[in-house]
Amino acid sequence: MGQTITEKIFAAHRRDTPTPGNMILDLDVIMCHEITTPIAIMDLVEKGMDRVCDPSKIKAVIDHVTPAKDSKTATQAKIMRDWAARHQIKDFFDIGRNGVCHALFPEKGFIRPGYTVIMGDSHTCTHGAFGAFAAGVGTTDLEVGILKGVCAFRTPQSLKVELKGSLRQGVVAKDIILAIIRELTVNGATDMVIEFGGPVVEAMNMASRMTLCNMAVEAGATSGVCLPDETTARYLWPFIQDDYPTLEAAVSDFAKWHSDPDAEYARTLTLDVSELLPQVTFGYRPDNVKAITELAGSRIDQVYIGSCTNGRIEDIREAAAILDGRMVAPGVRGILTPATPAIYSQALEEGLIKIFMDSGFCVLNPTCGACLGMSSGVLAEGEVCASTTNRNFNGRMGKGGMVHLMSPASAAAAAVTGVITDPRELLS
Amino acid sequence: MKHFGGPAVFIDRDDINTDEIIPARYLTEITKKALQPHLLEDLHLEDQTFDPHSPQMEQARSLVTRSNFGCGSSREHAVWALEVNDINLVIGQSFARIFRQNMFNCGILAVELAPADLDALFALEGEVSIEVDLGQERITATPAGGQAVNCSFTLNPFDKQLVEAGGWLSYADQNY
Repeated sequence: MGQTITEKIFAAHRRDTPTPGNMILDLDVIMCHEITTPIAIMDLVEKGMDRVCDPSKIKAVIDHVTPAKDSKTATQAKIMRDWAARHQIKDFFDIGRNGVCHALFPEKGFIRPGYTVIMGDSHTCTHGAFGAFAAGVGTTDLEVGILKGVCAFRTPQSLKVELKGSLRQGVVAKDIILAIIRELTVNGATDMVIEFGGPVVEAMNMASRMTLCNMAVEAGATSGVCLPDETTARYLWPFIQDDYPTLEAAVSDFAKWHSDPDAEYARTLTLDVSELLPQVTFGYRPDNVKAITELAGSRIDQVYIGSCTNGRIEDIREAAAILDGRMVAPGVRGILTPATPAIYSQALEEGLIKIFMDSGFCVLNPTCGACLGMSSGVLAEGEVCASTTNRNFNGRMGKGGMVHLMSPASAAAAAVTGVITDPRELLS
Repeated sequence: MKHFGGPAVFIDRDDINTDEIIPARYLTEITKKALQPHLLEDLHLEDQTFDPHSPQMEQARSLVTRSNFGCGSSREHAVWALEVNDINLVIGQSFARIFRQNMFNCGILAVELAPADLDALFALEGEVSIEVDLGQERITATPAGGQAVNCSFTLNPFDKQLVEAGGWLSYADQNY
């Protein structure tokens, strides 16, 4: 019987099978940020086990609250900074070089097809876009990963999402993943990896694939994954050009990870995206999703464009196309946080930051910030935000606040009109 | 072996996420103890108010809920917030993967019951205490002055080993 990409990666990284159905995997990359790592570091120090398995496998960043907003966040950052220095962790990203982990680490070329990756962050599934097995874990898993370079998983089943058809103008990857989550529900993919495939995914750039994989966890999935192909190889080429004689050689090597034609799936969901409209969430669950036309006219107080879901240059371009020559509606607060310094710099070069600023947006440095209600745009009781982030849980962006998840174009359209708006009405 | 269970608190809702169990504004704490006053502070129930500081919550040593408990953020702070409030047993129909793993990684129990058994627990009246027989994989829920209800559960064998080892760090340190 054939194997899925996930089964191939598990087989290639198997350290141990303590009981049938559970595997201990060797890890290629252990990613760390300042919210979930410090307690692991302090525990290791306290137990006299302050070691790292291999500093070159550890990638660390201060991203959730940066610059620090108070003494507590400054302390978390300092614990990370001191630890990275103590263990010669070369890939540590601090102020000026730091950005949202799931945008920054792919940009640095850290994730390769066939890799195993963990991080103390549920949106680690983003990196599956590169054909890796990448899973969010808790602090204890992270701690063991740092110390031993291994992590335990139940062997996941795979759920295939086949995307066909062609997208209408103004409809993007975010709209697709919201529609998929509505279909699967918030626990429809628990203990499964969602494998995204089909002609729509094959035609997608890496940014869109990352948006798809990023929200796999909102359907309960262990991870999301896309099969690595020429698009993957082109993105990674600056980092892999010494490993392969040609791009074609890389593409053909990557193909070894592809799921076999007779691989087994727990479920296959086929979605024709041709009729799909822009999507938006309502309520407090990410599977509460409607076509934007059904919620059009709902009042908003704030617009937030950024995060590991939609803070990349492609997202900023998409929003800027709507904002160009227009103003943020009176009474609405617009916030843009480009996800990494490179994205910020690119947006400056393309004149996109000026478009945002001219329209009345506040442009912040790269940070996770308001996405999880930690800083930089937290909502007041009763306020509503049109957001390109990934979670609409009650109080997520601030106690008593509500978040409508949507695409960058839809968020920009809401900024201009002050109400939820079909972005296609503002596209020329 | 640790003792699991005790007085139970019942929360009749699916999909309780880790932002509700411990809001992100407390993730700047660097001690587990500091999470203690904030357990379930943002829990949202449609038809009733929930008081995270009620006498039932203060006394609770086990928590009974419905499906997909602990979805969302990977924050182990959700498990620690339970732990520092002396809750080391959560019973539900199902759990989100990362939360479930975090529970066993800390050497404490996330027990899945069949929907009918869960309904039987929710139907109990008055104060209920729940005891766990890990060897027999059985729980006994006893309402004050009422008839006890017994339910069987199945633990993943590896998760059981983690509980017996006192968590993943000590298991991994012994084995890898």
